[in-house]
Amino acid sequence: MSTTAEIFKTMEYGPALEESSYVLDWLRGKADGFKHFIGGEFVSGKDGAEPIESFNPATGEKLAEYPAGGKQDVDAAVAAAKAAFPSWSKLSGHERARYLYALARLVQKNSRFLAVLESLDNGKPIRETRDIDIPLVARHFYHHAGWAQLMETEFPDHEPLGVVGQIIPWNFPLLMLAWKIAPAIAMGNTAVLKPAEFTSLTALYFAELCREAGLPPGVVNIVTGAGETGELIVKHPEIVKIAFTGSTEVGRIIRRQTAGAGKKLSLELGGKSPFIVFEDADLDSAVEGLIDAIWFNQGQVCCAGSRLLVEESVAERVTQKIKRRLQSFRIGDPLDKAVDMGAIVDPVQMERVEALVKQGEREGGKVWRPDIPLPSKGCFYPPTLISDVSPSNTAMREEIFGPVLVSMTFRTLKEAIALANNTRYGLAATIWSENINRALEAASQVKAGVVWINTTNGFDAACGFGGYRESGFGREGGREGIHEYIKLRKEWGAVETPAPTPEISEISSVAEIDQTPKQFIGGKQKRPDWGRTLPIASHDGKYAGRVGLGNRKDIRDAVEAAFKAENWATTTGHARAQILYFIAENFSRRAGEFAKRLTQLTGATKAKARAEVDATVVRLFSYGAWADKYDGLAHSPPQRNVVLAVNEPIGVIGIVCPDAAPLLSFASLWAPAIAMGNRCVVVPSERYPLLATDFYQVLETSDVPAGVVNIVTGERAPLTKTLAEHNQVEAIWHHGPAEESKFVEEVSAENLKRVWTNNGRARDWKSPRTGEGREILRHACEVKNIWLPYGD
Amino acid sequence: MTQSNVMDLDKRRSAATSDEEARNPGMALALDWIDEIRVNRSAAERRVTTLAGRRTVKKQWQAAWLLKAVSCMDLTTLAGDDTEGRVRRLCAKALQPVRPDLLEALGADKLNLTVGAVCVYHAFIKTAGDALEGSAVPVAAVSTGFPAGQSPFETKLKEIELSIADGAGEIDIVVSRRHVLTADWRALYDEVKAFRQACGPAHLKVIIATGELGSIGKVAKASMVSMMAGADFVKTSTGMESVNATLPVSLVMMRAIRDYHERAGHKVGFKPAGGISNAKTALQYLILLKEELGDDWLTPKLFRFGASRLLGDIERQLEHFATGRYSAANRHPMG
Repeated sequence: MSTTAEIFKTMEYGPALEESSYVLDWLRGKADGFKHFIGGEFVSGKDGAEPIESFNPATGEKLAEYPAGGKQDVDAAVAAAKAAFPSWSKLSGHERARYLYALARLVQKNSRFLAVLESLDNGKPIRETRDIDIPLVARHFYHHAGWAQLMETEFPDHEPLGVVGQIIPWNFPLLMLAWKIAPAIAMGNTAVLKPAEFTSLTALYFAELCREAGLPPGVVNIVTGAGETGELIVKHPEIVKIAFTGSTEVGRIIRRQTAGAGKKLSLELGGKSPFIVFEDADLDSAVEGLIDAIWFNQGQVCCAGSRLLVEESVAERVTQKIKRRLQSFRIGDPLDKAVDMGAIVDPVQMERVEALVKQGEREGGKVWRPDIPLPSKGCFYPPTLISDVSPSNTAMREEIFGPVLVSMTFRTLKEAIALANNTRYGLAATIWSENINRALEAASQVKAGVVWINTTNGFDAACGFGGYRESGFGREGGREGIHEYIKLRKEWGAVETPAPTPEISEISSVAEIDQTPKQFIGGKQKRPDWGRTLPIASHDGKYAGRVGLGNRKDIRDAVEAAFKAENWATTTGHARAQILYFIAENFSRRAGEFAKRLTQLTGATKAKARAEVDATVVRLFSYGAWADKYDGLAHSPPQRNVVLAVNEPIGVIGIVCPDAAPLLSFASLWAPAIAMGNRCVVVPSERYPLLATDFYQVLETSDVPAGVVNIVTGERAPLTKTLAEHNQVEAIWHHGPAEESKFVEEVSAENLKRVWTNNGRARDWKSPRTGEGREILRHACEVKNIWLPYGD
Repeated sequence: MTQSNVMDLDKRRSAATSDEEARNPGMALALDWIDEIRVNRSAAERRVTTLAGRRTVKKQWQAAWLLKAVSCMDLTTLAGDDTEGRVRRLCAKALQPVRPDLLEALGADKLNLTVGAVCVYHAFIKTAGDALEGSAVPVAAVSTGFPAGQSPFETKLKEIELSIADGAGEIDIVVSRRHVLTADWRALYDEVKAFRQACGPAHLKVIIATGELGSIGKVAKASMVSMMAGADFVKTSTGMESVNATLPVSLVMMRAIRDYHERAGHKVGFKPAGGISNAKTALQYLILLKEELGDDWLTPKLFRFGASRLLGDIERQLEHFATGRYSAANRHPMG
C-alpha cells in the first residue's frame, strides 16, 4: 500500500470503490431465485425450464438466477396485461400521469441502488450508471408522465393500442426498459417486457418499484428469459405491438415472424455510425468526443461512433491526439469511480469482438492499443484503434459492438458524406466542425436518425431516437416516439373486397384513334419490357382498352429512374407545392374526361364519378398545401442546445394502390409521398389502371421532374413482389389482400424497408380524417434529430 | 532553519538552475497557429463535467494530492488594507502551511512542505523577502498596473524593474485586454515580450483575464500569443474580475499549453487564480492537469494555484483524514 509521502511524489490515482454491500445483501436475499412479475405478483416460472444464471462480468461471480420464461409464463403475462388494459386505458391522462410521476420519483429515491446494481450486472462503470443511465431513466418517466397528462389534448382522436410486447437488450438494461415502458403505459397500453438474459436484475428491482408505486396489477409485466421467451412474445396473438431494441439480425427475424399478424412494430437496431472530423474542428474536443462515442459503455452502444472519418489535412494530428489520450485511459473494476471503461458484458461478446478485430487485421487494418494495465481477470478488453482500413474491410462494415474504433480519411465534405453513407445502417452520426455552414450541410446529407454536431451520444426523453435503413424504424422519445404507442380511432374499415373483373365480351377498338397506354418511367412513356399488354374491361364487360403488362424489369427501370431523381428530395417545399397545384390545375381541366372514364370503368353514376374527380382535385390541393407545412420540431432537452427534429423524405417508395375509389386513392397515395420529397414507383389498381395511364399525361404537362412519379401497370401480385424485394426501395405502401400484406412484410425484412400495409382492410379515402393529412404524411418521412449545442 | 531544510534548499536551487535552461524562450509570432485555433465551449464544458465522474482520489491518495495542492499554492494577499504585519503573518504561514503534528500523522513530515510562492503587491516585496529569507519560497509580485493594466506602458516596464530590484522572483503581469478584444495579436505579443525582457531572470506569469475576453476562443489565442512571447506561466485571472478561474477556461488554457509544448517544444506553466476556495475544487484542477498535461506538470515549477482562502479548507480536510473527525477552522493557525 502506498504511503501519503510516496503518492505525493508519484501523484498516482488510487482505488475509489463505490459501496456495494447493501446491494449484494439484497441479492443474497434472493438466493432462492428471482421470479417473473405478472399481474402485480412475483410468480415462479411454470414451465420448469433450467433457470438463467446471471454473472458479474468484472469478476465472473454469480449474482442471481431467474426463470427462463416458457409458454405458460408468457400466456399468463399477456392475460394479466389484457385484463388490466380496459381499466388502465380508461383512466384519465392525469390519473396515469400520477403513476408515471411516482415511478420517476421512486427511481430517483433508489438511484444509487439502481446504479450499483446495474454496474454489477452489466459491467459498465458506476460513473455511467450513476451519471447517465439512471438519471435518464428518471427523466424518461417524468417526461412521459407529462405526455400522459396531455394525451387527450395533444393526440385527440387517438387511442392506445392494447397489450404491447417489449424486448430489450443488455447494453442499457434499465434505460431501455424506461424507453419502452414509459411511453407505452403513458398512452394507456399495458406491457409485457422481457429484459435481456444477461441483465435482468434492474428490471426485477423496477418491478418492486411498480408495486411500491401502486401501479395496478397487470399494467407492467416482466417475464425473464432468453431468445425463446422473446419469440413467444413476438408470436403471441394477443399482443398488438412489438417494440424491440437489439441486433439487426434479430430485428429481421422479428420482422419476418410478425409478418401478416397486423402487429405494429418498432425496431431499434444496430449501427456503424460515422464520426466525422473536419479540419476546422476543435480537435481536442473532437478526440474527447470520440472517447465518449466509442469508448462509452465499452463500445457496446448501438449508436457508437465506431467509424472515424477524419479530414486528411488533420488526420495525423488527430491520430496523435487519440493515442495520447488513450495512454491515460483507465480500465478496471466497474465500481471504481476513477475508470473510463469497465467490463464487457459476457465472455461470448468478448470473443466476438476479438474475432472481428482479428478479421480486420487480416484484411489489412493496422491495430494499435495503448500500453495501459488491464485487470488480470474478468471480461476486460482494451481500447483498440484499427487504422488504414478501406471501406471494404470487415471491421469497417460490421458492427463490432465493442471498444474498437476503425478510422479512415477523406478529402472533401462530399467524400466524407459518401463514405459516411456507404453503409447498410443509418442510426447516428457525429460531425465536428466550427463552421456552422459545413456542419449543417453535412448534417442534412448524412443518412442517420440522430446527428450530433460538436457533441456525441446526447440522449433525452424529449428527443426522438431511432434509425434510417437497416438500423430499424420507429422513434423513441419526444412527440415522434408517442406515435409508436397510439393509433387513430377507427382508422381502417372492414375487409377490402377487390373490384369484380367481368369477362370481356368482345375486344374491339373503342376510340376513333387507337390509344396505346404505356408504362410511365423516368418521365417517358415506355413500352412494357416484354411487349405484352393486358385488356381492361369496362364495368359492363366491354373492352375499355389495353395497358402494358409490366414485369420485374419494368419495376427495376422504374426504381432506377426514381433513385436518380434524387434532386427532388432537396427541392424546396414551396417548389413542390407549386408542382402539386399545377398538377391539380391541369387535372381539373380534364375533369369531365376522367369522370367519364370512371363511369366507364366502375359503373359509377355521373354524379358520383364527378364527385370523385372533384375530391381528387381537393386532395391534390391538400398535398400542395402540406408540401411546405409538415414542419419538424425544435425539442428542448435539459442542456444548452437546440435539437431540431427534421422531417426528411425516406427516398424511393413503392406504392401499390387499391381498387377502391381508384382515382382518389391513386392520387391520395403518391401525392403525399412526393409532397414530402420522396420519389415513387406506383402500381395502380390492377382493375382500373387506365385512370393512372390517363393521369400520366397530366403529370407530363405539369413540370413534374422525370422519375419523381413512375407508373407501372400490370398484374399487382408479381409487381408487388419485385417492389417488396427491391433493396433500393426504402419504403412500401401496400393496399392489397391480407395474404399479400404478409408477404410484403416478410420479404421487406431483407433491407428492413418501412412497410405501411392495409392488411387486407379497407380505408375510407373520401374522408379527410383517414384519407389525407398527418396520419399519412408520417409514413412519408423519417425524423432526423439534429443536436446543436451552442455557446461561445 | 534545520539542516535538512538547508540541504533541500540547495537541491531546489540547483533544480532551479537546470530549470532556467529549460525556460520557455518564446518564438516568433506565428499568426497561422493563432488562426487555426478552434475551441468549442459546450464540448469543453462537457469534458470538465464528465471528468468529475471519471477520476477521483480517496483516502491517502486524496491526502497526498491535497499536500501537492499546498505545495503549488501562491499564497496571496492583494488588498487595499495590506500592511507589513499582515504580509509577515502570511509568510509565516507560507513556510509552515500545515500543522506539524498533522503532517506527522500523515507521514508527510519529511516533505518539508511549503507553499509555492507568496504573492503580494510591489510595496510588500521587501517585507515578504525578509520574512521568507533563507527559504526556497519565492516572492511573486503583481505588476504592470494590476489589475486593470491601464497604466502607461513605460510605467509598467518601470514597475517590473523596481519589483525585480526589490527582490521579486516572479512577476505576475496583466495583459492589455484591448489587444485581445480587438484581436491585435502583434500588439499583445510585443507587449508581453517587452515584459519578459524586463523580467530578466525573474519568472513571468501572464494574466490574460479570461473573464474579460468575451469568448473562450480568445482565451486560447491569448494564451498562445503569450507563450510565443515568452511567458513562463499563463494565468487565468487577477482574482478581481467578476468571473475568475473556471474549469472549462482552465481546460482550454491547458490544451493551449500542450499544443505549444508539442509544436514549439517548450513547457509553460499554468496558474488558475480566483475563486478556488475549497479542497474539492483544488483536486478537480489537479486531476484536469494530470489528464490534459500529464504528471510533468504536477509540480510548483509548472503549476500554481492563486488563492487566499483555499489553504484553510485543505487543512481541515487533512485533519479529517488524519483523525477521522471533521475539523474546525479555529484549530488551524491563520495566515
